[in-house]
Amino acid sequence: MNFKSMLLGAIAGTVVLVSGQAMADTSGKTIALSNNYAGNSWRQAMLESWGKVAYQAVQDGVVAGADAFTTSENQATEQAAQIQNMILQGYDAIVLNAASPTAINGAVKEACDAGIIVVSFDGIVTEPCAWRIAVDFKQMGRDQVKYLEQRYPDGGNLLEIRGLAGVFVDDEISAGIHEQVESTKFDIVGSVHGDWAQDVAQKAVAGILPSLPEVKAIVTQGGDGYGAAQAFEAAGRPTPTIIMGNRRDELQWWKEQKDANGYETTSLSIAPGVSTLGFWVAQQILDGKEVPKDLTVPFLRVDQDTLEEILAETPVGSVANVEYALEDAQKLIQSAK
Amino acid sequence: MNRDHLRILLPVLSLGILLAAVFYMQPRAMSYFGLNLLFNLAVPVALATIAQMMILMVNDIDLSIGTFVSFCACVTATFVQTDPLIGYGILFAAILVYAGMGAIIYARGLPAIVVTLGMSFFWSGMAVLVLPSPGGSAPDWLRTLMTAKTPFLPVAIIAPIVIAVVMHYFIKRSSLGVLLRGVGGNEQAIERSGWSVMGLKAFAYGVAALFCVLSGMALVGLATSADANIALRYTLLSIAGVILGGGEFTGGRVSPIGAVIGALTLTLAASFLSFLHLSPDWQIGAQGAILIIVLAVRLVFTRREALI
Repeated sequence: MNFKSMLLGAIAGTVVLVSGQAMADTSGKTIALSNNYAGNSWRQAMLESWGKVAYQAVQDGVVAGADAFTTSENQATEQAAQIQNMILQGYDAIVLNAASPTAINGAVKEACDAGIIVVSFDGIVTEPCAWRIAVDFKQMGRDQVKYLEQRYPDGGNLLEIRGLAGVFVDDEISAGIHEQVESTKFDIVGSVHGDWAQDVAQKAVAGILPSLPEVKAIVTQGGDGYGAAQAFEAAGRPTPTIIMGNRRDELQWWKEQKDANGYETTSLSIAPGVSTLGFWVAQQILDGKEVPKDLTVPFLRVDQDTLEEILAETPVGSVANVEYALEDAQKLIQSAK
Repeated sequence: MNRDHLRILLPVLSLGILLAAVFYMQPRAMSYFGLNLLFNLAVPVALATIAQMMILMVNDIDLSIGTFVSFCACVTATFVQTDPLIGYGILFAAILVYAGMGAIIYARGLPAIVVTLGMSFFWSGMAVLVLPSPGGSAPDWLRTLMTAKTPFLPVAIIAPIVIAVVMHYFIKRSSLGVLLRGVGGNEQAIERSGWSVMGLKAFAYGVAALFCVLSGMALVGLATSADANIALRYTLLSIAGVILGGGEFTGGRVSPIGAVIGALTLTLAASFLSFLHLSPDWQIGAQGAILIIVLAVRLVFTRREALI
């Protein structure tokens, strides 16, 4: 045994020892979900996912409790009070979707000072003591163009459907799309605001359509793909490749086209089940794992092969969802290190 | 026992019962730390409630309190923090605007409910101008003040007591307070005895604005930063607080101590319901139910009051 292998052995031993120590037991810990709004299908699905995963985790003895709380009104002051109540109730970790990135920082700081782990997701908080699982909207734009580049290496004309003007999310996704398009042979020949709604998108696309040359593909922001398809159909023009946003009606339309003429596209969005990712990240932190403060929400992507499966699981009027498991959270934490 | 005592008895009782229920469900709340957490967000609500009380006292109602407090919070988190002189200047100017609004409402005989509703859009727009995206930070002294570890009683308890006592002496004991209540009770009588009702109304609005400014500052001290929508809830909370505390919509009948207790009760009611693990769908309704119960009990009290 030479010196090198001895050293390696020592390191391995230390690692085993350290990781053994870090395996704290979380079966006695409680996690609370602080949610600021429950008034749309996305949030409803988010709460449902939390309920499912949290119930199972409690049954399996992973944690002692995982209650969900929603404020009665979507206001930062309400949520701050809610978090302070959670501190009093003695939760070990708080997972939250914040009403404001800054206005509940005081309450979050108080929770941290009381030794509580705070994990924010989707609606993140800027308080440095909290963990953040943020959505990379720019990446969402870039990924769309990347997919199209693969499909059409020679480029072509793109139509961009944007969201609600003046909203941060709209600016970010659009910036991502434009950034990525610059390095490709694509041209964005038109841009309309679809307000993330099928009917608005349909009207907007129908309005701009007569002035457009042949459109190879449509980049979107979710909730607008079906409307765009309808506009093209009504105008009697060949349907371009429309990137979808995981809404049920979009997937349904895609499935019909796929069965009829082998239509190919992709679909991506954030799954409401991201709340369960927050749950597992909080559990991992309670478990003593070292977790970077900034994590990124993975996109839920629907491909040609997974379409049928996901469509079958998505309720009418809702959006494709997935509940994350402990392994997903561990992978996410690994990738961020 | 006189009328005023009876009037204050109910708010005190409702707060006491709620507090007992919260302590029973969450014994951890029965500590310095717990009381602070339970009540510190009630401090800005109490200040806003006093502001609303000033307006209700002169027989008007203010629907712009929520957005005005948000605006003050935004100014505090930006200008007061970076350029204190400009910041305090803006807040002072805002108080003057408020006083001017009171004078105009009286001079032109405008309905206060419409004017303040209109102003609420103005303040909301100003708040977005000052702070387009959520952020800013609290001045250090403010943060220190709001999170100070005072001996025996936490700031969250001391502040409401100080507010209530100071305002009680101002409204109930000082001659200016009597005049202000008189404006709400019988405007003509005050005018005929030679006082300027316009001046008094402007003064009442100015004092209300001052309390809104304090409310906004306290809120930033607690939240560490601001948001243009941070205090929208305060408009209705403040009205409910005044009424819960024994005030009435017909001017002149207000109780500063009651108003502060009303604000504390409202804050506590929300915590109570959340400790109950009540589903959020039911919480707004339940909060309303608490209000209705307290007001219904008050009817019984006012009947007795009439008999005395």
